[in-house]
Amino acid sequence: MFSFCTDPAALDGLAWLSCYLTTGKHMAFYGAFGTVLLLLAITAPLALAFGFAGASAARGPAPVSWLGKGYIAIVRGVPDIAFFLFFVIALDQMFEWVRHEVKCPGWDQPIYQGNDFIVCPEAKLPLSTAPQWVHEGYGFFLAVLTFAIVFGAFAANVLYGAMRAVPRAQIETAEAYGLSQGQTFWRILVPQMWVYALPGLSNLWMVLIKATPLLFLLGVEDIVYWARELGGTKTPQFTDYPHGDWRMWYFLALLVFYLIFTRVSELVLDRIMARLTLGQATAAGERQRKAAAA
Amino acid sequence: MECWDTIADYALRSLGYGERLLPRSDFTLCQQVTLIGSGMIWNVYFGLVALLSGFFLATAVAVGKAARSAWIRKPSEWFIFIFRGSPLFIQFFFAYFAFLSLRSQFEVFDPFTSAWLGAAIVLFFNTAAYSGEIFYGALQSIPKGDMEAADAYGLSGLHRFRRITWPTMLRLAWPAYTNEAIFLFHATTLVFFSGFPARQQKGDALYYASYFADKTFNPFVPYPILALYFIAVTLMIIAAMGLINARLNRHLPQAQRRGIRLRPGALLAR
Repeated sequence: MFSFCTDPAALDGLAWLSCYLTTGKHMAFYGAFGTVLLLLAITAPLALAFGFAGASAARGPAPVSWLGKGYIAIVRGVPDIAFFLFFVIALDQMFEWVRHEVKCPGWDQPIYQGNDFIVCPEAKLPLSTAPQWVHEGYGFFLAVLTFAIVFGAFAANVLYGAMRAVPRAQIETAEAYGLSQGQTFWRILVPQMWVYALPGLSNLWMVLIKATPLLFLLGVEDIVYWARELGGTKTPQFTDYPHGDWRMWYFLALLVFYLIFTRVSELVLDRIMARLTLGQATAAGERQRKAAAA
Repeated sequence: MECWDTIADYALRSLGYGERLLPRSDFTLCQQVTLIGSGMIWNVYFGLVALLSGFFLATAVAVGKAARSAWIRKPSEWFIFIFRGSPLFIQFFFAYFAFLSLRSQFEVFDPFTSAWLGAAIVLFFNTAAYSGEIFYGALQSIPKGDMEAADAYGLSGLHRFRRITWPTMLRLAWPAYTNEAIFLFHATTLVFFSGFPARQQKGDALYYASYFADKTFNPFVPYPILALYFIAVTLMIIAAMGLINARLNRHLPQAQRRGIRLRPGALLAR
């Protein structure tokens, strides 16, 4: 990258390091941090939406509430990583199967043939003729959807608890004023539930941050992939920057990245919490009021 | 019965006993159930080792974080922050590669690069940090009256801690600690996906489940089997912790004893 990097073998110390850390592959490594942040930015609202739907369903009438409660219950008993591995294949097969049914109605062979999953060529996702970026984009899309489903279940759990924490009197008052069920839900319950949901949601945000390295298991070229790739022993035949096994240091860097990210999130969430509790009829809100009055 | 042969061949496969080759084609349900169950041995091993050993460090860390002297408090706070603030997945990777480079210099570190010791150590520190935070929270909410009563009886120092502070702390922390135990067992599935090699295909339950899913391209059989095993383990944990909870609260009148009510809001995955 720098002009003095033309002959790395002649460099040493800081100059060597500055050249080493700006090679093309390292740039891809830094870009992968962007992938992680992008995943978080897309997944968090999507998971919240899934969670909201799940929590609303769990409050509904009998058959719908079973669906909602079942969705919430899956996060309790089974490791989330098992869901990640499961959903990535299952979603892919589901999409391909649906396309298969739509695009090739005349296909008469079974889909599961022995140890293979075979759909007609037009239904393949992505198409074998598609460019590279479509393949990568599809992998990322599957990862986002998987994250949203799994963390949506966590979020549904939190929101369901928050909806039940809103004081009963608020709902009764709304009913006394003649608000319909929909109005009570959207105008009274939903605006008030956030303050009860926030501790759970901030916990969930932390969990979501810490789940991002699992992208690696879903086959996305993320920071874990690059750390393993770049850190491994390099011999002079293949690179201008030979070095020993540095994977430990790369993972140390990732560890520090996550610690800083968590700490910053903590500080931001504390401020949001302080903002939201302002004037609320909770213990924390009362404490704020007293502190301001004193 | 064919299935009995399969069980005889593969029930201890994850430990290296029995048939050496994994099934390669024509997978039967019996094979999948047996092998994934065999892998559960490792999950239970990691979970139990980490939980039992981590418990003691957690108590120490919690007391350390509540200490007045900054020389004890700061290290405890940092310990908890580092292990709770970073992904367990990255911790496994870092520890594995750290042990690898240590091994190249000192022979002693050879066993540390195997999962049975290396991963168990990471899980031990990890659960100690999470439980330490739980215990610390419980220490902070011990009723003032309990401590005053202890003072009035002339209890002090280690005696007071052992007879009053510690049991009360455990009582308050137990529901949250049950939660932590469940998630610790779930976290054990990460071990063989994070650097630590499954030598000779001796892996845990998820390792075998993903083996079958990769071979058959059908995720709808192995993963539900895995899920059922884990639900069973979760129920056993809840039952065992419930027994301990009853023992911790044995002095209370029957009506006041509450079972562990797992609060849905307090999820703590890593």
